[in-house]
Amino acid sequence: MKNIKRVFIYVFLSLAAIVSIFPFLWMLVSITNKSSDVTKGRLLPGTHLIENMTTLFESVDIVPALVNSTIIAVITTVVTLLLASLAGYGFEIHRSRGKDIVFNILLLSMMIPFAAIMVPLYRMFGSISDTAPLFGIDSLGAVILPTATTAFFIFFFRQNTKMFPKDLVEAGRIDGLSEIGVFFRIYMPTMKTTYAAAAIITFMNSWNNYLWPLVILQSPEKRTIPLLISNLGSSYSPDYGVIMSAIVIATLPTALVFFLMQKHFVAGMMGSVKG
Amino acid sequence: MNQQATKKDELDLPLRYKETRREKTGVFFKKKVGWLFVIVSVIAITIFNFYPMVQAFLLSFQSGMGSNLEYVGLANWQRLFGDPTFIAALTNTSIYLLIQVPLMIVLALFFSVLLNDPNLKFKGFFRIAIFLPCVTSLVAYSVIFKYLFGVDGIINVFLLKFGFISETINFLADPFWAKVVIILAITWRWTGYNMIFYLAALQNVDKSIYEAAKIDGANSIQQFFQITVPMLKPIILFTSITSTIGTLQIFDEIVNITNGGPGNATISISQYIYNLSFEYTPDFGYASTVSYVIVILVVILSIIQFRVAGEKK
Repeated sequence: MKNIKRVFIYVFLSLAAIVSIFPFLWMLVSITNKSSDVTKGRLLPGTHLIENMTTLFESVDIVPALVNSTIIAVITTVVTLLLASLAGYGFEIHRSRGKDIVFNILLLSMMIPFAAIMVPLYRMFGSISDTAPLFGIDSLGAVILPTATTAFFIFFFRQNTKMFPKDLVEAGRIDGLSEIGVFFRIYMPTMKTTYAAAAIITFMNSWNNYLWPLVILQSPEKRTIPLLISNLGSSYSPDYGVIMSAIVIATLPTALVFFLMQKHFVAGMMGSVKG
Repeated sequence: MNQQATKKDELDLPLRYKETRREKTGVFFKKKVGWLFVIVSVIAITIFNFYPMVQAFLLSFQSGMGSNLEYVGLANWQRLFGDPTFIAALTNTSIYLLIQVPLMIVLALFFSVLLNDPNLKFKGFFRIAIFLPCVTSLVAYSVIFKYLFGVDGIINVFLLKFGFISETINFLADPFWAKVVIILAITWRWTGYNMIFYLAALQNVDKSIYEAAKIDGANSIQQFFQITVPMLKPIILFTSITSTIGTLQIFDEIVNITNGGPGNATISISQYIYNLSFEYTPDFGYASTVSYVIVILVVILSIIQFRVAGEKK
């Protein structure tokens, strides 16, 4: 009886693992095959890798999309980390009744569905297009601004600040550091792992964001990687090998981040529910 | 309350020591310096979240093309109930929600319990394999699923080869199968993600509880329902709320797998809002009305889930 149960568990988990991994294998095999072979269900590596990559980099022109996505993801990550950690620190270390009320109101914004605010946001950025083109419609600035401030990461930093030794703040003050100095000189270096976890999640969210860039970006040279892939995917005569190559390249950074920083990654996920 | 007051005094104490040195900056600054840390975020969230919410609410009572809007009272709200596309979007989104979220949470719980077994071999491999889908972007995996289940996709090739079907099934052109593909896709992408939460929570469950249950003669199924589920209740609540909010807003998958088709058989509320605003002749007013339906649903479902979780205590 016990053995049957064992066997069942291994079979079940193996099936789950195969289902999870199969699309990845198929993707990796497909980038080496011709489009016609992919549709024939070929599951063996082919010799078409270089042709697929050449098409991707020359005719599809993936480079500008990679550059745009990188710029947006890096700036979004830096701004989010700075603003959210400042706020999380402020709410926890300089706790007051007023701030607790404000914090709870901010948390409510996490319930706001993006679809509900995208039209007003689009109109808002439309209205500043003439005066501030860097932040108007079809600008990378407009992609970054609304995504770089989320209550989630303020909450995240506040939760993690609860474990930050408050004595260090006192020590810093006695040493004559200003309040801002305590934050930059003591808090930031101490909380490196929290920053790492938040950075991974922000970067991935930004790198993969689809709806808002789709709404606000218009010209082809401004488009990000998800927009490019979506575009390729909806074409009437898709070149499967090339599209799979684009998807592999788009997934590489997030997959790498995940494998290199697994611990931080999981810590980041858990940090959002602690406390 | 009292405790909080003393905590605050403690924090302010060192500031008072310095008063002699920095009297010029004034007591006001010292009391309010905390606000400096939070003010930028508070302003930004107000501008980019709360203000648009108010705008959307006002817009939901307006109608017109593009930016020529005028107040029409409750006309948009009445239009909702007679709008077949909206009804389809609401129905589809509810189907995704009611089938996909429970299916995924049960699967994730099941995997986490199996993987929590200390005697299991290849644990690390299974865990990473099941979590792997989470590294893909929503658009990327959607396109992959679209091709997997395409007419000449590999699923059809396999089913034909092994004789399960005699001719290819056009999954994405069939109203029923298209929904199934979308539900399978979302489940594939997010089960591992939820599993990680449960695995971490299981590590905090005291092993001796299970030992005691075994001595009392509880089998694994009883242990699962009597110990594991109650112990994980807070985290199950958390994951069901985030999954519910996520599925209610589903957009990327629908657009990239079926684009709402065939007909409107898979269209979601978010996609309908997008179409109303940016695909059809823009009707920002009515789009905002539809978007408030999601807001209302998010609030109602969150309250229900909190209530249900609270009652079972």
